[in-house]
Amino acid sequence: MYDIAIIGAGIAGSYIARELSRYKLDIVLLDGENDVGNQITMANSAIVHAGFDAPSYKLKGKFNAAGNIMYGKICDDLDVPFKRCGSLVVAHDEFEMATIHDLYKNGLKNGVPGLKILFKDEVHAMEPNLSEDICGALYAPTAGIVSPFELCAHVAENAVDNGVTLKLNHMVTAINKVDDYFSITTADENIDAKLVINAAGLYADDVYEMVGEPYFKLLARKGNYFIFDKDAGSLVNSVIFPCPSKNGKGILVSPTVHGNLLIGPDASPVDKGDVSTTGEQLDYIKANALKNCPALPFKKIIRSYAGLRNTPVADTFTTTDGDFILEESPVKGFINVAGYESPGLTSIPAVAHYVVEEIVKPLIPNIESNPNFDPKVRPHLRFEELSDEERADIIKKDPKYGKVICRCETITEGEILDVIHRNAGARTVKSVKKRCRAGMGRCQGGFCSPRVVEILARELNCSLDEIMYDQQDSTYILAGQTKSAKEEA
Amino acid sequence: MIYDVVILGGGPAGLSAAVEAKKDGAENVLILERDRELGGILNQCIHNGFGLHTFNEELTGPEYAERYIHQVTDLGIPYLLNTMVLDLTDNGDLKTIHVINEEDGYTVIQSKAVILTMGCRERTSGAIGIPGYRPSGVFTAGTVQRYINMEGYMPGKEVVILGSGDIGLIMARRMTLEGAHVNAVCELMPYSNGLVRNIVQCLDDYDIPLKLSHTITFIHGKDRIEGVSVSQVDEKMKVIPGTEEYIPCDTLLLSVGLIPENEITRNAGVEMDDRTNGSVVGELRQTSIPGVFACGNVVHVHDLVDFVSEEAVLAGKGAAKYVKGTLDTNVTFTTVNGNGISYVVPQQVAMKNVEENVTFYMRVRQVFKDRVVNAYIGDQLVATKKEKKLLPAEMVNFKIAKELLAQYPAGEIRFVVEEAKK
Repeated sequence: MYDIAIIGAGIAGSYIARELSRYKLDIVLLDGENDVGNQITMANSAIVHAGFDAPSYKLKGKFNAAGNIMYGKICDDLDVPFKRCGSLVVAHDEFEMATIHDLYKNGLKNGVPGLKILFKDEVHAMEPNLSEDICGALYAPTAGIVSPFELCAHVAENAVDNGVTLKLNHMVTAINKVDDYFSITTADENIDAKLVINAAGLYADDVYEMVGEPYFKLLARKGNYFIFDKDAGSLVNSVIFPCPSKNGKGILVSPTVHGNLLIGPDASPVDKGDVSTTGEQLDYIKANALKNCPALPFKKIIRSYAGLRNTPVADTFTTTDGDFILEESPVKGFINVAGYESPGLTSIPAVAHYVVEEIVKPLIPNIESNPNFDPKVRPHLRFEELSDEERADIIKKDPKYGKVICRCETITEGEILDVIHRNAGARTVKSVKKRCRAGMGRCQGGFCSPRVVEILARELNCSLDEIMYDQQDSTYILAGQTKSAKEEA
Repeated sequence: MIYDVVILGGGPAGLSAAVEAKKDGAENVLILERDRELGGILNQCIHNGFGLHTFNEELTGPEYAERYIHQVTDLGIPYLLNTMVLDLTDNGDLKTIHVINEEDGYTVIQSKAVILTMGCRERTSGAIGIPGYRPSGVFTAGTVQRYINMEGYMPGKEVVILGSGDIGLIMARRMTLEGAHVNAVCELMPYSNGLVRNIVQCLDDYDIPLKLSHTITFIHGKDRIEGVSVSQVDEKMKVIPGTEEYIPCDTLLLSVGLIPENEITRNAGVEMDDRTNGSVVGELRQTSIPGVFACGNVVHVHDLVDFVSEEAVLAGKGAAKYVKGTLDTNVTFTTVNGNGISYVVPQQVAMKNVEENVTFYMRVRQVFKDRVVNAYIGDQLVATKKEKKLLPAEMVNFKIAKELLAQYPAGEIRFVVEEAKK
């Protein structure tokens, strides 16, 4: 019997698990996917928002700026790439300038530090590649960019380091309330827990309906993105938002924390799970991104992708009034962390603290601190960031760091072995890519993916065709040996 | 120790350049190779057809490589395997090369001359942005070639190929021979981007349909690819509505172009040519940095390895001359691609370095029949090459004798495709 079962190992579930591991509790973190952070957490804008847009009366307004301020220390403890590059909301005319002033005032209410309204020449001095007709902007110095995949993997790793049990490929299919505990049915086994935290992302409404009467519904809204080669990475220095409209935050142009450039997202309602990109939407993003940044070199695109937002809807199809749902549900002991869309990634350090201290703790009498809790992960060595002397040293200590596997991003075998052998470690080609960037560069794994498959097979002691790209069984890369290889065998 | 010539890459270009540099008098030559053996991409090209021009016989890729590897070992040229070059810097008379490998760790190598022979990489699905899902089972043709020929594994059984580049055509045949079913090869352009002999020997002989003016408009399948939507395109390469067809498959191969791998070149500050995506080179493949030479697919993508080896001989000669101090640096001619031509290599000629003739490599922009390629200096016709058929996929080699060029003091050599005069 676990004290707490958390359903969903995205950023919300993983972070709450890590915060709960500060206490002496038996915690299990369940996910139906073959890796942590494999849905909404994986495909988004990767931005740590300053927090000026959500109204202060909403949970989003309450937790955004608070979460933002916590990012520096957390990314330090968890060794996650994070950069406070600042953001600009740019205006093209006086109407948009009026919106900028509203955002400024709202930002002050939300406690966002350092906000400043910039004049035209100040904007262009900061960002020389922006459109000439931009006449002003709201500057938020606390906005930042982060690697969401690494953040989630390291949070999950730290949770497991501190005693949490992680169970992947455990899709929850039914939940029964039995006396004072819950019996959770998964594809693999039954799991019993006294409390359940539902952080199932886009499927949190479906999971809740397994135990209670529905009181919220989640709508999938898809956003398409493009990633540009690092050659284009310095086109902008900060996150560039257009002026928000009733349709949302609009198409942004942003550097990524690894030095690429990202544009997107649009927003259109789709079926849950539909992460296909569409030609029309990709064209729409290009056209809109050009309005603020006319020099975008589309020839340097290396990847397009789409991600989903989990927008809570009440009885109508309006999408803009939704707020985070963070509460013990009408079913005692069953806590919903739902409707957790943007600015969810930014808010999570503050939200996880709130969920643990204000919602979970009152439900557990005589809770004791975990004396062995260590907030830090073992540091990640990133070969490309080392000095020449450090590079010489590390190869002397471990020659595997002298073997480059991913040429584009200069990722060594030593780094790949490291992410495989950590807690919540990599088991698939995609999970290696998410954790250490092998295959994220301009050749998109053309050269290194066969090598990564080989390393995974060797380290996990299986054959090459047992290595998956992503999901268990269904995302095979190789379909068995060739005729000649079989004959030789 | 200071090397005379260090070669960045042990593929066909690097091997041939090393042999020539050594034969021409460069004493300390070193080859740096990132893979676990010499030979480069030839090692995974187990089909035959290599060496017809160079050796007058049909060799497999590994056999072709072996001929040069033997020469390298016979000449006692040292090489380092599993060695990655991180950076190349120019310090005037000496070039500094930062490398790592498992045995020697982090090493700084110094050399008088450097030859860049890093080859090229494949364009990816991300670069061409096919809409749809991002499942497993979508590969570049070269990656699949490696899985099948080097690792002994098949990626799937029902195959669609996008792009008619040579590697895709070769893999269509290879996968068919391994028991897979290749449904179609789709090519966006109205003509093939592969060699005619590969269309015949790899597609026609196995009844694999080549769909010209067709592209993939959607990738289906969330986990493993399940199929593709294929549509016809018009002359402006826009999809024609209503022509969409669904083809089920478990594997999609992309053979949509090759890109010279010039990260080291760009970081070193070598002048680049947007037309080739390679460096600007002279007749002996000298780049804008004195002492840095480049040859093979890192300069421009070749269709036959024989021409890579041929071009590498020039770079080897050039590097040896540079080390001996006999390389002339005065550029006599620059080359220009005129009507119908998309690029010309070399971009510069220093006549004092030319022995008997200069071979100009170029590609045409579209398919031409019964035309001539003319070389002009000013309005003077210098040389003519007759061609029954000109294809963008087949590089034109235009050899011009030294004495013809020597009649002109300097200027631009302009290459154009024209109607043959009767």
